[in-house]
Order: sequence, then structure tokens, then C-alpha cells
Amino acid sequence: MAGKLKIRVDQDKCQGHARCKSLAPELFELDEYGNAHEIGDGTVPAGLEDKAWLAQTNCPEIAITVTEE
Amino acid sequence: MSDTESFLPEHPPVADWVNDFDHTDPRWTENPFPIWDELRAASPVVHTERFLGCYMPTTYEAVRAIANDTEHFSSRRVIVRDIRPEQTAKAPPITSDPPEHKPAKQLLLPPFTPDAMKKLEPRVRAICNELIDEFIADGKCDAAARYTKHIPVRAIAHMLGIPEKDGDLFINWIHEILELGIKSQETLMKAATEMDTYFAGHIEHRKTHPTDDLISTMMNARTKDGQPLSDEHVRGSLRLLLIAGIDTTWSAIGASLWHLAKTPVDRERLVREPSLMPLAVEELLRAYSPVTMAREVMKETTISGCPVKPGNMVLLSFPAANRDPKMFPDADKVVLDRKENRHAAFGLGIHRCVGSNLARMEMTVALEEWLKRIPDFRLDPAGKVTWSEGTVRGPRQLPVLFGKTA
Repeated sequence: MAGKLKIRVDQDKCQGHARCKSLAPELFELDEYGNAHEIGDGTVPAGLEDKAWLAQTNCPEIAITVTEE
Repeated sequence: MSDTESFLPEHPPVADWVNDFDHTDPRWTENPFPIWDELRAASPVVHTERFLGCYMPTTYEAVRAIANDTEHFSSRRVIVRDIRPEQTAKAPPITSDPPEHKPAKQLLLPPFTPDAMKKLEPRVRAICNELIDEFIADGKCDAAARYTKHIPVRAIAHMLGIPEKDGDLFINWIHEILELGIKSQETLMKAATEMDTYFAGHIEHRKTHPTDDLISTMMNARTKDGQPLSDEHVRGSLRLLLIAGIDTTWSAIGASLWHLAKTPVDRERLVREPSLMPLAVEELLRAYSPVTMAREVMKETTISGCPVKPGNMVLLSFPAANRDPKMFPDADKVVLDRKENRHAAFGLGIHRCVGSNLARMEMTVALEEWLKRIPDFRLDPAGKVTWSEGTVRGPRQLPVLFGKTA
């Protein structure tokens, strides 16, 4: 059985395109400069796995990693 | 020969795109896509002797590599011109390199977050409807001249706190700087000086009459050491916001309407499925990215194996990168619900467009309001669509007829 997904935004790579926030607002938040951060510890709640992958595959800076725990 | 033709030094027509490309050639302006395919098939990087010598990467991969390499590639010149004046008017942060870039950009980021744009959205919706009110009864319009042209300029004027009615002034300066200025230093300098004088007046006025608009925000900003920005820095950033914020989004909205006018299946789908709009906006941004930038080589390096030297200019075509089939399957097709779309319409790396959230909001609202009130429209066969040349590409005449075909 597949484990839980975890997301992480690499702060050195994120440039604030905000695509992740638009595609998966439940998983990402933006700081005052518009740069993205994973919400909480990045654990993806059940049912939001597709959104996590969608955010990952649309980040222009390849700043988002999704890992299976 | 008309006055306009004699005013600009003409470039000879291109006979060999691969070895002699010219992004101001009328055929490139009209339909660049097959040209980019030809260049990409020939080489990941091509060169022209025009513009005092210029390279152009043709692949997404090469464009990304250059955008991320601020050590070898400087942004101090971001437009490829016939001339290369020693002193170019600075417009921080777009013309800044590290380490000056980050603090200059950070000052501008908070007013342009998605949340900040939500506050501006009702005004933009109203602007769109005010414009549509003016022509909807005519059954037709030039959508570029009557609609798309006015939305970004009024929105940015609203943010800056300058009169929306000054829009025509700004549009004229931008035309002189971004289009005519490629070939005429005199026109470029004249427009830049007029713009500076205009903003200097607004800055002076706010020194005694503070406001809560973006100009005052810039004037009140402090550097890390607590120093206010120089008037020159403020004027430079204002110049940037105006230049970068107007004909770019005007072009993106116009190209989207152009696509929808000639593609009934996509238009009908967007009317039927309005929830598709966020993905559709990204796809239209990818397919018809308006903005091409440039870099100047600072240290010897290579682009996809091709050696380049200090002083060489590099045309950084995000629009061509976004058509690279290696990165985007069916790159030449508009797929409204494209799922995987790392498009570079707003650039890549540290120079990601500071106004990208504004542009997206304006595009979304402009398309939504248009489709609500004019769900059926098509290109007017009696008219001609024309496109701007050079750094920003989009329709400047877009004659459309409303209603279903008889």
C-alpha cells in the first residue's frame, strides 16, 4: 500500500510564480513576498494527492518535491 | 515612401533565418511559430550579425539555463536594439543583477501578491464592463483598440495613483520605447525623458501631499540600512511598472481573444465550462507568451555548447521556449486543460515578472467579462489583424464581429 505523500518547497528555487497556490490552495501558502511554503509539515491529507502532483508538475522553477513516506 | 518608413532605418528582409534571424522582420511579427521551429530544428542556439551581433537560444532548456545563470548573463540590457548606448535608463529590478537585485525586487513584491490583486479585482471588472458598454451595441469592434488596450493601463494607473485618463500618454511612450526605440535612439531618449519628467512631478507632489498609492509606497520604502530610495530609483521602478505592466498584458488578453475568435470549439468550451478558466489562462499564456527579454554576456561561457563572449547580446525568447515540443507535447496546439504546464511566460529565475499575479488577474477578468457579454464572436473578414513587433508581441488591431455566423 502506498504511503502518505509529503510536499516541500525549496526556498532557494521558489520565485513566487504562485502556480501551486492557485492549483492546490489547501497545500500551499504564500508569504508577504508571494513566495510559496508548504502548509504545516507538508503532509498531504488523504484525497489531495492529485493536487500535490499537479502543483509539482506545474512549478516553473521545479521547486516542489513530492515524496512518499 | 511614407514618412514613417523613412523615419526608421529599415532592416533588409531575412533570406536565411538560421544564420541571419531578425525578430523585427514583418514575417516574424506576423507568424513567428514556423520560424522558431526552423531555428530549433537547426540548432539549440542561433546567431545573427544584426543588432551588432546577437545569439538566440531556441530550446526551453537553454532559455532556463541562461535565466538561472546571473553570473555570466547580466540584465543591465534587457532589450536587443540596433544601438547599444553606454548609459541606458535603469529600471530596477528588471535591469538589476545580484546583489542589488533582491532588495530592489523585495520592495515591489508585497503590493503584487495574489491577495493584493484580489482587492483590485472589482475595479478591473468594472473597467472591463465600462469598455464593453461603449461598443457592444455596434455588433462589432476592434477588440485591441477598444478593449484590451485600455484594461492594463487603467489598472496600473489605479494602483500607482495617477489619473486613468493619462493612459494614452503612457501607451504612446511605451510604443516609442519598446517598438520604435529598437531602431531609433532619439525616439527612445525622448520618450524616456518625457516619462521621467511626468513621474518627477508626481513624486514632488507627494512629498507635500502623501497618498496611499504605489508611488507613495515606493517613496516611503526604506533600504536595509534605513535609507529612503533615491528619486532616481523610484522613477526607474515606476518607469518599469508602466512599461512592463501595460502592453504585455494588453498583448496577452488580445492574443487570447484572437485565439477564441478563430477557434469556436475552445470559445464554446470556455463559455460552457467557466471553471476551466485558470488552466486555460495558463495555456493561452504558454501558447501566446508576449514577452521576449535579453541578456548581455559578462564572462566567457557557452550556451548549449556554443561559446559566447563578454559584450555579446542574447535574445531570451520565452515565447519560443514555450513552443519547444521537447518540453510541451503538442506544443503547437492550444490544449485548454493542459495538465502539465511549466510555461515560462513570466520568465524564469530571479527575474520572474513581479506583476505576474496582476497580469493573470487582468487576463482572467477580461476574458470572463467579455465571454459573459459577448459569448459569440469571430474575426471580421473585412478587417486585418496586426501585431506589435519586437520585445512584446500581441494584436494591435483585432477587428471582430459579434454574434453567431448567419
